[in-house]
Amino acid sequence: MLTARNIYVRLGKSEILHGIDMQASRNQFSVIIGPNGSGKTTLLRALTGEIAFSGDVRLNGVDIARARPAELASLRGVLPQTANLSFPFTVHEVVRLGLTTGIQTGTNGSVRIAQALAAVDLEGYGARLYQELSGGEQQRVQLARVLAQVWEPVLEGMPRCLFLDEPISSLDIKHQLQIMQIARRYADAGGGVVAILHDLNLTAHYADHVVLMHQGRVHACGAPRQVLTPDNLETVYGCPMAVGQVPHGMDFFVLPLIEAAHQGIPTPKLAVSS
Amino acid sequence: MSISLDAVATQRAGSDAGDRSVFARRIILVLAVTLLLTAVLSLASGATDTSAVSVVWALLTGQDDLVSAVERVVILDIRMPRTLLGMMIGASLAVSGATMQGLFRNPLADPGIVGVSAGAGLGAVTFIVLGGSVLAPVAALFGIYHVPFAAFLGGLAFTFALYRISTSNGRTSVATMLLAGIALGAMAGAFIGLLVFWADDEQLRDLTFWGLGSVAGATWPKVLAVAPIIVPILVFAPFMARGLNAMTLGEATAQHLGIHVQVFKRVAIVMVAAATGAAVAVSGGIGFVGIVVPHLLRLSIGPDHRYLLPACALLGAIMLLFADAVARQIVAPAELPIGIVTATVGAPFFLWILLRRRGLMDI
Repeated sequence: MLTARNIYVRLGKSEILHGIDMQASRNQFSVIIGPNGSGKTTLLRALTGEIAFSGDVRLNGVDIARARPAELASLRGVLPQTANLSFPFTVHEVVRLGLTTGIQTGTNGSVRIAQALAAVDLEGYGARLYQELSGGEQQRVQLARVLAQVWEPVLEGMPRCLFLDEPISSLDIKHQLQIMQIARRYADAGGGVVAILHDLNLTAHYADHVVLMHQGRVHACGAPRQVLTPDNLETVYGCPMAVGQVPHGMDFFVLPLIEAAHQGIPTPKLAVSS
Repeated sequence: MSISLDAVATQRAGSDAGDRSVFARRIILVLAVTLLLTAVLSLASGATDTSAVSVVWALLTGQDDLVSAVERVVILDIRMPRTLLGMMIGASLAVSGATMQGLFRNPLADPGIVGVSAGAGLGAVTFIVLGGSVLAPVAALFGIYHVPFAAFLGGLAFTFALYRISTSNGRTSVATMLLAGIALGAMAGAFIGLLVFWADDEQLRDLTFWGLGSVAGATWPKVLAVAPIIVPILVFAPFMARGLNAMTLGEATAQHLGIHVQVFKRVAIVMVAAATGAAVAVSGGIGFVGIVVPHLLRLSIGPDHRYLLPACALLGAIMLLFADAVARQIVAPAELPIGIVTATVGAPFFLWILLRRRGLMDI
């Protein structure tokens, strides 16, 4: 559903991206990883049409450099890394901003807003002032806004897409898993997800497709097992890593039991039905 | 295939929490009624004995036999234009304030504070002083609209410059904006000073009263000169609401929400400049209405521009009529320029907002 060819981005005098080719398909959770400064966010901003680029990006065949903003808004939602709000909106009002344009289906706005808040585990937060929430809660409200914008993963046979820039960076582990689960289900229901993540373990568990960035180029891409190899990771991150084995010289390490967690925690109220 | 909710029924009960739109609609209704009453009272009060509300009522309801010829002239030719002009200016100052604050994503942006009014003033003064001599052909071309038009151009140039200076990469810096506003205001002040130097005695008197801000000189021609600018803007303003709401999340997110940001910004800037220019051209520097009114309303009905803009128009009109009434009463039978009244109340209010928000802003 998303095809990018030969993307070059220049910010100021320096070239940040040097010819990126990538694809993201429907039913797939695609994750962009890479060290700081490798061009992940710049790539996402190019893919969403936020910055000027040379090359060709198509979303469901639509050339995003030429499409009207309202048309794109009905095809995809974008969660930025940080979102500051300049006026005292309530949580309900922030999520309603997701319904600014695009296509609203069936249910009325208030129900959709409540559904989106429930999906990010913020039921009953509607009347709270956004600025008084914690950073993690604010991030989840922003995700609810994006979900409200493109609630149905598939609309009239066309898949829709979530673009998430570090959606779990300021969340505790429980909510990290919950957000990953929402993204996973969005993809399972026929939509597409393109996310930037820093957590390699969660990437390994949830992603179908991994794009490993290095110095403005794609170093490797494909299934997690093919991309997340010790060789690739050491080259890109400049730090040796143990993949799939207990690291030598460590007393112990902590990993969430992801499957058990999904059964134990109140799962996001996002159920898939056909 | 679709995603459905496990417990839609339980959601529905609490789904309107945090939605202030019903309350906002009620406030707008209350404001509309208040404006109507204030307007009637404004027509009924003044320096002559024609102070009875009943006379105004008789006139407005067409019972002409109850009204003397003098009362008729006083109300229809003197007070009516003044009331209408006051309403239009108050509404336009408040709406352009709210629009500018939305555009700059900052509650302290106001045409009066960031130099847009000064730019409009420069345009207006240029034509007040030079309109009879050097610029006479241009003035003749635009007829009664030449001063409002010049003020519009001045305001437009300054708003555009301000946005270009204070916004980079889609983010507007508060500090840069306020400082750039000071510089632009000083620049306009210098040029206005230069023009004042050239002005003759009669123009000087006009300029002084104009600069203090007043609706005292209201006449039907003035009303007719600015109505075609201000009324369409007030009618059009609510259509900007969606875009202004989206802009509070920043330009990039507004774009992702489906707003054509570049086009939107241009329209908003032209709108602010036109509304400010028209108001400044006929009434000079009436400050702080554009700060106080939107701020008070955000505290009560929230920042949703769909309701904020109409409410601003109504409360702005009410406040200006009220300030005008104070200006007329306080040193009766003489009257104070209204700008003195609004500044006396508005400047401390501005400082109060600044102090309250000091910790929240990235200055």
